[in-house]
Amino acid sequence: MELRTPLGRARGLGSAKTGVGHFWQQRITAIALVPLALWFAVSVIRLSGVDYAVAKAWMAKPLNATMMLLTVSVALWHGVLGVQVVIEDYVLGSVGKWIGLIGTRLLGAFLAVFMAVSVLKVAFGG
Amino acid sequence: MSPRNRPLSPHLQVYRLPLLALMSIAHRGAGVALALGIVLLAWWLGAIATGPDAYAAVQGFLGSVIGRLVLLGFTVALFYHLANGIRHLLWDAGWGYELPRAYRSGRVVLAATVILTIAAWIAASVWGGR
Repeated sequence: MELRTPLGRARGLGSAKTGVGHFWQQRITAIALVPLALWFAVSVIRLSGVDYAVAKAWMAKPLNATMMLLTVSVALWHGVLGVQVVIEDYVLGSVGKWIGLIGTRLLGAFLAVFMAVSVLKVAFGG
Repeated sequence: MSPRNRPLSPHLQVYRLPLLALMSIAHRGAGVALALGIVLLAWWLGAIATGPDAYAAVQGFLGSVIGRLVLLGFTVALFYHLANGIRHLLWDAGWGYELPRAYRSGRVVLAATVILTIAAWIAASVWGGR
């Protein structure tokens, strides 16, 4: 049995160098998402119920495609970091925790590529 | 290490969460809901890239009762997480930790969520393509 406290064992080893990385990425993406979320809300309000041709023509515009790409990529980045914290806090037991953490990353990566391909295909006239 | 059966404090079964604690856990809940909602966005974007039939399928779901309830939940979660997220950023900057101020900003967030949600649905019915 280890008699030393976790603090006692960690003391003097120096920082792990990545301690604030998660925190910063969460905040920077949050700041970026304020204007992106407002743009997204206004856009989907205007697009609600439009037929296929209108939706496709809308996404083919370079500015709309750019903003949509930024929105989904930053939102996914922010979302993966957030879900990671939720899993770390509430999922007990290391097997379920690691399945959740790795699964979140892989699913986030899949969604990022899928949405990027979808937006770019329309933007490039596919 | 075996778990120790000591009472936890504050125990969730006998402790009524104050507004600030409820809003804190609701921020996480809304965040998880939005993370799930992005799958719906992926379906919609993918359908636009795929073709009219796929697009009609998404629009059919979104127009159904369940689809509309999902969209309403997504709208509430988006505006709540957005407004409360700005509140969190202000806290990160060191502003508003005093209890009266924290309660006041909390009520502002709740009011903003309700107002923005109602405004968005009215705007969608007025300006939307339907």
